[in-house]
Amino acid sequence: MIWFAVLGTSVGCYLQKILGLSIPQRYLAAPRIQTVVGVIPIALLSALTAVQVFGHGQSLVVDARAAGLVFAFVALLLRAPFVVVVVGAAAVAAGLRAMGAGA
Amino acid sequence: MTWEQVRRTVIGRALSVGVAVGLYGISFGALATTSGLSVVQTCTLSVLTFTGGSQFALIGVLAAGGSAVTGTLTALLLGARNSLYALRLAPTLQVTGGRRLLAAHLVIDESTAMAIGQDDDRAARLAFWSTGLSVFVFWNLATVLGALGATALGDPKKFGLDAAVGAAFLGLLWPRLRDRSSWVIAVVGAAVALTFTPLLSPGIPVLVAGFVAVVVALRLPTTALPLGGTG
Repeated sequence: MIWFAVLGTSVGCYLQKILGLSIPQRYLAAPRIQTVVGVIPIALLSALTAVQVFGHGQSLVVDARAAGLVFAFVALLLRAPFVVVVVGAAAVAAGLRAMGAGA
Repeated sequence: MTWEQVRRTVIGRALSVGVAVGLYGISFGALATTSGLSVVQTCTLSVLTFTGGSQFALIGVLAAGGSAVTGTLTALLLGARNSLYALRLAPTLQVTGGRRLLAAHLVIDESTAMAIGQDDDRAARLAFWSTGLSVFVFWNLATVLGALGATALGDPKKFGLDAAVGAAFLGLLWPRLRDRSSWVIAVVGAAVALTFTPLLSPGIPVLVAGFVAVVVALRLPTTALPLGGTG
């Protein structure tokens, strides 16, 4: 099943790219389409962040991951590089768990 | 500037963008293997999909227990912006045949942003190709390193790698949060996804969030296409 997703995503993403190089300029140029395509990444990445941090199957929980997210948010506000944001969030969550908090 | 100076500047920047993206690549490789992908699947994804946002989306949905179909759909929704990038680049690149097939694979946030930032078409083409190839090389090397590294580490939760996935998504989102409407969209997206998490199968709430956000966005004042994000 994972291979299906890996190959399906690969084929689909390539088709999206080649489509843009192949079709006449007037397609996709409509402002509404530009808006929709611009908005989708923002909504999806935000939704993915929320679900990744607070989701546990179909239930919602606040655990060590939430502390990691708070760290990431502050680090991004301070313009920290991506790797600091990610590694720091992991370290915060791991540290809390090592202390027995927020499994 | 002479062409030689332009060439050096562009290639230098392309290399540094590649190195910077490599850091995301290490995170991706590590997080993908902790999301249940094998090292080979992880590396295949980086070579063949080669658009970071979609790759992160796929592993995020799979890690949350979503199906392969939901994961693929989410990844493709995130990848839709590449069509607009390619459309924007087409008149500058002027590629046909085999070169077009190759160029298409390199259409990502970074190569597009670098190409659009140049003053003339010749520099833009150089920026596109050099950035695309540089990112491709570093992204894939980094993916291998991250995947092997995380596999060697063992239990991902002990190292907080599950928390790192959320941080990575926030890091990908961050450069797109430029104005009030983008913040509104982001908050709506998160709220909708959380609201539907107890009600729908894993992965589906994220798709619902995307749909609701589009409906909201079409009612907001102008939202420009955000360029120069990452992945």
